[in-house]
Amino acid sequence: MLARQRVRAAWLFLLPTLVVLAGVAGWPLLRTFWFAFTNVSFAANEPPEFVGLENFVVVMEDESWWRSVRNTFLFTGVSVTLETVLGMIIALTLNSRFRGRGVLRAAVLVPWAIPTVVSAKMWGWMFNDQYGVINEMFLYVGLISEPIAWTVDPDLSMAAIIAVDVWKTTPFMTLLLLAALQMLPDELYEAARLDGAHPVLVFFRITLPLIRGPMLVAIIFRVLDALRVFDLFYVLTSNSAESMSMAVYARQQMFEFQDLGPGAAAATLLFALIALFTIIYMVLGRDAVIQEAA
Amino acid sequence: MSPALGWLKRIAFGVLVTVITFYTLFPFYWAVVSSLKEGSALFQVEWWPKKPAWHNYVAVFTEQPFGRNLLNSVLVASSVVIVSLFLAITAAFALARIRFRGRTPLMLMILGVSMFPQIAVLSGMFELIRALGLYNKLPGLTLSYMLFTLPFTVWVLTTFMRELPKELEEAAVVDGATPWVVCMHVFLPLLRPALVTTGLLAFIAAWNEFIFALTFTMDQESRTVPVAIALMSGASQFESPWGLIMAASVIVTVPLIVLVLIFQRSIVSGLMAGAVKG
Repeated sequence: MLARQRVRAAWLFLLPTLVVLAGVAGWPLLRTFWFAFTNVSFAANEPPEFVGLENFVVVMEDESWWRSVRNTFLFTGVSVTLETVLGMIIALTLNSRFRGRGVLRAAVLVPWAIPTVVSAKMWGWMFNDQYGVINEMFLYVGLISEPIAWTVDPDLSMAAIIAVDVWKTTPFMTLLLLAALQMLPDELYEAARLDGAHPVLVFFRITLPLIRGPMLVAIIFRVLDALRVFDLFYVLTSNSAESMSMAVYARQQMFEFQDLGPGAAAATLLFALIALFTIIYMVLGRDAVIQEAA
Repeated sequence: MSPALGWLKRIAFGVLVTVITFYTLFPFYWAVVSSLKEGSALFQVEWWPKKPAWHNYVAVFTEQPFGRNLLNSVLVASSVVIVSLFLAITAAFALARIRFRGRTPLMLMILGVSMFPQIAVLSGMFELIRALGLYNKLPGLTLSYMLFTLPFTVWVLTTFMRELPKELEEAAVVDGATPWVVCMHVFLPLLRPALVTTGLLAFIAAWNEFIFALTFTMDQESRTVPVAIALMSGASQFESPWGLIMAASVIVTVPLIVLVLIFQRSIVSGLMAGAVKG
């Protein structure tokens, strides 16, 4: 009797949240899918007609789309790899006891808290071709002989974008990896130390296998985030056709070219890609996810 | 190990820590330095401002509607925190403390929604916001931000609610307390730290959001801070007012850094609860 009442209470408690989520997530998503198959326009007054896969064909035949796909994957691959390696180095550093550890741990949180747009602007100024401090440093050290236009050249702007992302997101990776490292029992290391094993060997033989699970989950988490990147590309590259991410391409189609159909088709393709990775994430972290959810 | 080798190791480690700290903090330091330079000084690389000037900080409020943009951001972020916590408390209670059929799929669905790319709902959301008459208005942003703050707050609060002792609830039920009373009068006072953590993370997420704010606002006065900073332009199309942009960036960043430093521990624990631990 009481149990039945509790179940009813549970659904009542959940109702407002579920209604809001249906409104801001479910409905708009379904509308986007629908737009992707119609010749819709926000300006026109006549009702949209179903056009089948036409919009997807338009997107697939667009060279800019494929460039944006390539950019997004390149960005994701390189920046997540760098973030993992750097995050690991910083996490291992923070995991050992030294003076000023608290200060460093606070310092690595700073980039995480700064809005992405602001990070992009700060770095954009540092990368400025005429007055940027980065060119100045490189000239001083002799790495380059004349100032470089970082944010204009598509290849260089990719490097610049990755640099900002690595700076901004490594802290998050560091925290996740540090949490994993701090769960490892000390006895293991005690034994390794008594055997006189080299620290590098200890890392690859003991530490890495033990934190592989949490590390993979963190990596997938970051991949999901990187695939939908928008702000960094939008702010840093002044929207040039060569350097767009998939999200920037889709938004440009929808709101700047008023091609809602193809834009929605591009957004749908990006959604499908991220859904695929989300499923991988849930399967990989299955035990953890189910444990949390059950 | 010889003492010399020990020293070498210690020095190498010190260098590593210094390099990490420098790389982490330099961009912010450089923004502060640049924001304090006036006129042509901005275009010479000096490592600290010889003659610090506050001109940029005054100009950003007089030449741009930046005060208004700050207010917009504060209003949107605060309302997002209030609404999402209000909705999430009961939802998290149901998911954490009551066993019912369909709970696990529901949790997975909520987790799935938190992974949604915003671009995938952008056009549908635009249509919805226009239909509700919220285009170019702050409530439109508050509503759309629920997409990413609500799943997150529900998920994190659920993990916190699970930790609470069963005995508390049982004692209250024996006294005839309904789930509502248990949730609101027994658990809520204990959840204060969790609410601060989740609220803070939701605030930061709303404060930093860009793509919705860019798409659902039209004129300068209704922009939030990130959009204002991204679209800040000078007298002509070809000059970027770097001094103003840096001043605005510093103004936006300082409160965030202060918050992070104060709530360091709880932020880390909240992030850990939000990312599923393997």
